[in-house]
Amino acid sequence: MNSKAKAAAIFKDNLQNFFFVLPAFAIFCTFYIYPFLNMIFLSFHEWRGIGPMHFIGLQNYQELMSDNLWWDSMGHAGYITLIALTFQNALAFALALACDREIRMKRFYRVVFFIPPVLSEVVVGLIWNWILNPEMQNGQHIGLLNHLLYTSGFPQLVHNWLGDPKTALTTIAIVNSWKGFGWGFIMLLAGLQTIDKQLYEAAKVDGASSWKIFTNVTMPMMMPVILVVVILTILGCMQVFVLILTMVNEGLVNHTDVPVLRILSAMTGTNRFGYACAEAVNFGVILVCISFMTKKLSDKAKQV
Amino acid sequence: MNTNRYVLWGMTKSTLIHVFLISVALTCLFPIFWMVRCAFMTNETVFVDQGIIPHHLNFGNFAIAWTQGNFAVYFLNSVVYTVCVVGGIVLVSSLAAFSFSRLKFPGKNIIFYMFVAAMMIPLPGSFVALFVMMNKLHLINTRFGYILCMINVGLSMSILLLKTFFDKMSRDLEDAARIDGCGKIGIWWNVALPLARPAIAVIVIFNSLNVWNEYILATLLLGDSQLMPLQRGLMVFQGANSTDYPVLMAGLTMAAIPIIVVYLFMQKHIVKGLSSGAVVG
Repeated sequence: MNSKAKAAAIFKDNLQNFFFVLPAFAIFCTFYIYPFLNMIFLSFHEWRGIGPMHFIGLQNYQELMSDNLWWDSMGHAGYITLIALTFQNALAFALALACDREIRMKRFYRVVFFIPPVLSEVVVGLIWNWILNPEMQNGQHIGLLNHLLYTSGFPQLVHNWLGDPKTALTTIAIVNSWKGFGWGFIMLLAGLQTIDKQLYEAAKVDGASSWKIFTNVTMPMMMPVILVVVILTILGCMQVFVLILTMVNEGLVNHTDVPVLRILSAMTGTNRFGYACAEAVNFGVILVCISFMTKKLSDKAKQV
Repeated sequence: MNTNRYVLWGMTKSTLIHVFLISVALTCLFPIFWMVRCAFMTNETVFVDQGIIPHHLNFGNFAIAWTQGNFAVYFLNSVVYTVCVVGGIVLVSSLAAFSFSRLKFPGKNIIFYMFVAAMMIPLPGSFVALFVMMNKLHLINTRFGYILCMINVGLSMSILLLKTFFDKMSRDLEDAARIDGCGKIGIWWNVALPLARPAIAVIVIFNSLNVWNEYILATLLLGDSQLMPLQRGLMVFQGANSTDYPVLMAGLTMAAIPIIVVYLFMQKHIVKGLSSGAVVG
């Protein structure tokens, strides 16, 4: 075979090999890379979705910096995330520790705890909307929660949970935790089960208390998994919005708004596509920074 | 004496643990049970009947939701979208992962790391730019457009998972197939795909959940009620029946039960997928 024919054969071979990747690459470029670049491009423009596009430089970003509704919505998402990081993850960890032993019905618990996560946000939101219903009919509370509070002797606690600006966000955060703790539970349990049981035995022989074993054996071994759970919780909860869309109506918007809902309303509500893109870029950068910082912090903690 | 105390303490401890676990399990199940319970009641009995199990089971709500609520259409659409998207993801991602793992071409690593990077970088609100592009391509209000968008959503994770799997696979079978005269496509179809079944199961279950439960793209891209999947249809339905709770709960039940049943059958793979994700990081 001469060298020319050889080169042609190699070229043909490479081309064939590339054709395997081509469908994935084409879809990826069209539906990920292009919109991603276009989003950055649009964020420097004033555009109503149709008609002429005006280049306005950084004006969208300048406006964003002083947009109180935007930063408030960031605070709301932060609050939901904080509840998830503390309450939801502590619960998930406690449940995982409880299940990491020879215990009856372990399989049952594992199956049940992951049922809320497989339900859609629309279904979860609408079920809880019904349970938390504040209305009354024929002197009876329609919503299950208020009904139970009333009949079990706490009528003073009956409350319009989703209607009151003071309690709405916390209620949403708790429902969000109800939906989400199963993820953390399964991942943390899987992490616990990879820890060598001989480590526990050795620590016990050395006379370590359960608390000592937990802080000196379990926690250091679990740090990588905990980090993954923390980052996924932050990224997931900061971007939560369908739950809010289904649980509260327009009325409470300023008390329960989250960034993704702001982006959505800039786009569909006021047709400000450029501004919506600026919000999206800003939010994306913030999320990348948060997860990067979390990783750095935990690396530092590991070295100590 | 001392051993007695230990046994007693052990029993109390395990009882406490079970009480804790069972109460959380009940908290998980009760809202779902409550939804199903209400779906079997009528608007008259739902506020009156105090029993845990309703005295009279009423199946009419399901019929109303299925026919008048357009659920027959939504349900079928959801099934079509889920099957097409998941099938597309498995096909496209396994071809790509096979090439990334086994074949050579210039620029391979760059393209692969682009997929990895896409998985790491969160893109909140990417739906704005996606909507603009779909509008340009005239793919708004088409099944095809929505399916392509959703394939893209699951692509990166599936490629990464399958590539790690193919990398670990032994080359002996492949060599044997090559000696028997199999080409690259033949090896992909006859050797790689059947062996990758565990990884494909994980991909199928996670993407099925994702597509079945997807809401925002369905809302932005599909305005025609004949094309809407269940989650989108539920919101339309809720807008129309906001006071008729039993019928709404019947609709929710129909959207939730299939996915719960699939989950119960496939939960082994979910645990495996999440565990490997957690351990790999």
